[in-house]
Amino acid sequence: MERVPILKIGQTLFVSIQIDLQDESVIRLQEDLADELVASGAHGVIIDITAVEIVDSFIGRMLTTIGSISRLFDAETVLVGMRPAVAITLTELGLSLNGVRTALNAEKGLEILNGKS
Amino acid sequence: MDELPIQSGDDVVRVRQFVRNAAADNGLSLVDQTKLVTAASELARNTLVHGGGGTARVEVVKSANGRVGVKLYFTDEGPGIPDTELALTDGWSTGTGLGLGLSGARRLVDEFELASTPGTGTSVTVVKWSR
Repeated sequence: MERVPILKIGQTLFVSIQIDLQDESVIRLQEDLADELVASGAHGVIIDITAVEIVDSFIGRMLTTIGSISRLFDAETVLVGMRPAVAITLTELGLSLNGVRTALNAEKGLEILNGKS
Repeated sequence: MDELPIQSGDDVVRVRQFVRNAAADNGLSLVDQTKLVTAASELARNTLVHGGGGTARVEVVKSANGRVGVKLYFTDEGPGIPDTELALTDGWSTGTGLGLGLSGARRLVDEFELASTPGTGTSVTVVKWSR
C-alpha cells in the first residue's frame, strides 16, 4: 500500500494525491491527517486531486469524511484541482461531496482558507 | 479477451488501469473513459468486498452498426444478492457505503446486466460504446 504524504506549510496542511488510490491508502490518509491536525494545530487542509483520474463512491465518501473530521479539529478542508471528467462522472454517480469546499486550484484554495474570498 | 484476478486492493487498481487503457485504445472519449473506469472501480470493489474475490474480464466488442465498445464482466462465487431489483436502488447498502456502488455504476455505462443466485455468486456485465 502506498501512502500519501502530508506537508505542513504555515497553518495549512497540504495533500497532493499523486498515486492511483486504493481503499487502504485513502483510509490511511484519513488517519494520518487526523493525527497531523492534532500535532500541528493547523487550521486548514488543502487536498489537491489534479492527478486523480477517478473518484468513485468510496473515495468520494472518504473525502467527505476527511472534511468532517477536520472540522472537529477546527480546520477547514478545501478540495482543489478536480478534473472536468471526474466532476461529470461524480455528478452522474450521484455523489455531491456535501460539506467539502472546492476551489479550482491550490492558489484559490489557499485564498479561501486565508479568508480572502 | 483478458482476464484479471480481483483478490486485493492492488488488483482493483490494476483492473482500473487495464480498463482505462482498453477504453482509450478503442476510441472512448475522456469523459466516457472516466465513467467506465469509475464503474469498473465500483464493480471490482463489490467483487472483492461482497463477493470475497473473483475475476474481471475485459473484451472489445463491435455493435451491429459498427461502433466499438468495451465490455466488462465481473464474476464472483460469493453469497449472492437475494433481491437484485432492490440492490439497484439508490441508497441500498450493506452498511459500509453510501449505497451508490451498483446503482451508480449502472448510470455510468450504456448497458448493464446483473445476475445473482444466492449461495452461488454474482455476475455483472457492462458495456460502454464509443460515440
